Amino acid sequence: MSLAMDLQPTEPGIVLIAEQKRRRRGRSIAIALALLAFVVLIFAVSLVKGPGVMVRPL
Amino acid sequence: MSLARETAAGTAPLRSEIAYAEPSMAGASDYLALMKPRVMSLVVFTALAGLVLAPGHMHPVLAFFSLVCIAVGAGAAGVLNMWYDADIDAVMARTMDRPIPAGRVKPGEALAFGMVLAGFSVVFLGLMINLLAAGLLAFTIFFYAVVYTMLLKRWTPQNIVIGGAAGAFPPMIGWAAATGGIGLEAILLFLIIFFWTPPHFWALSLYSVEEYRRARVPMLPVVSGVEETRRQILLYSVLLTPIGALPWALGTAGLIYGATAIAGGALMVALAFRLYRSPGKRAAKQMFGFSIVYLFVLFAVLQAERVLGLQQFGLPFGRVFA
Repeated sequence: MSLAMDLQPTEPGIVLIAEQKRRRRGRSIAIALALLAFVVLIFAVSLVKGPGVMVRPL
Repeated sequence: MSLARETAAGTAPLRSEIAYAEPSMAGASDYLALMKPRVMSLVVFTALAGLVLAPGHMHPVLAFFSLVCIAVGAGAAGVLNMWYDADIDAVMARTMDRPIPAGRVKPGEALAFGMVLAGFSVVFLGLMINLLAAGLLAFTIFFYAVVYTMLLKRWTPQNIVIGGAAGAFPPMIGWAAATGGIGLEAILLFLIIFFWTPPHFWALSLYSVEEYRRARVPMLPVVSGVEETRRQILLYSVLLTPIGALPWALGTAGLIYGATAIAGGALMVALAFRLYRSPGKRAAKQMFGFSIVYLFVLFAVLQAERVLGLQQFGLPFGRVFA
């Protein structure tokens, strides 16, 4: 283990204010929704294209 | 210097490292704003025209997926544009509250966001639909983010004339997604948007001349003057009218579209002529506003005609090309 990992931090580190926490939560929810939409879309396209999902004409 | 090396040397306190890692104040809406949602909606609408007008049948799920990829690709181009133009945006009143100049999103975050969106949209359009559509989308993003934003915009007053091609590609991408090729109608839609862009953006630039001058952007009214810009708006509006009616003249659109294109074109010319004769911010704003309505109505009628099967009332001239 490196020297840096052995050291115990003596300061509290970054402490988010309430507004920063609220915005971080908003970003996290947006990422989750985008990922969910992405998965659903790919799943739907896979169902439509069936076994030839990777067949793509020029 | 890394934390491990500093602490090992025993020279720097932990706080110096923490100071650089400033927590982000960006909200999800800031990332959405970076994607220029209003431009995205116009891109989706024009790309939909390409999909609707294309011959043959495309499964609705695949059509929707294509539109999502095109929308995300357009959003990526918008993000990269805002990343590069943050210095210009910071000195213009219209844009100074955008997420990067306002300090809510860091330039590096925007660049990464834009690149990821561009990569995903192109790769998945290519994997799931076809390579031509993906290639056109990649070229459009490149053309807008690099050719227009990084080169033309700061270099020549013809920036939006040449750069307008980037905004004209979406119907062609939609058509390519549906057919795997490029047809006459797709080229006509490209031409309509290409010739619509200069009067649209120059009208906007007319009431932001001082801001563009302060930002050192060589827009036409800054370089050649307001009078020459008004003349160019009139010239392009006169050119746009017959080009707007071409889908009808060539038999690919019906009578309703033809009448709408001619009436809309005549109104564009009338507004451009009024702007030419009696300059003023109000006339420029009306010209800008009407240009949006003109393009929206034209594309809406074109799609409605196709969906309702009314395009057979078009002029027969174009059928010799069929």
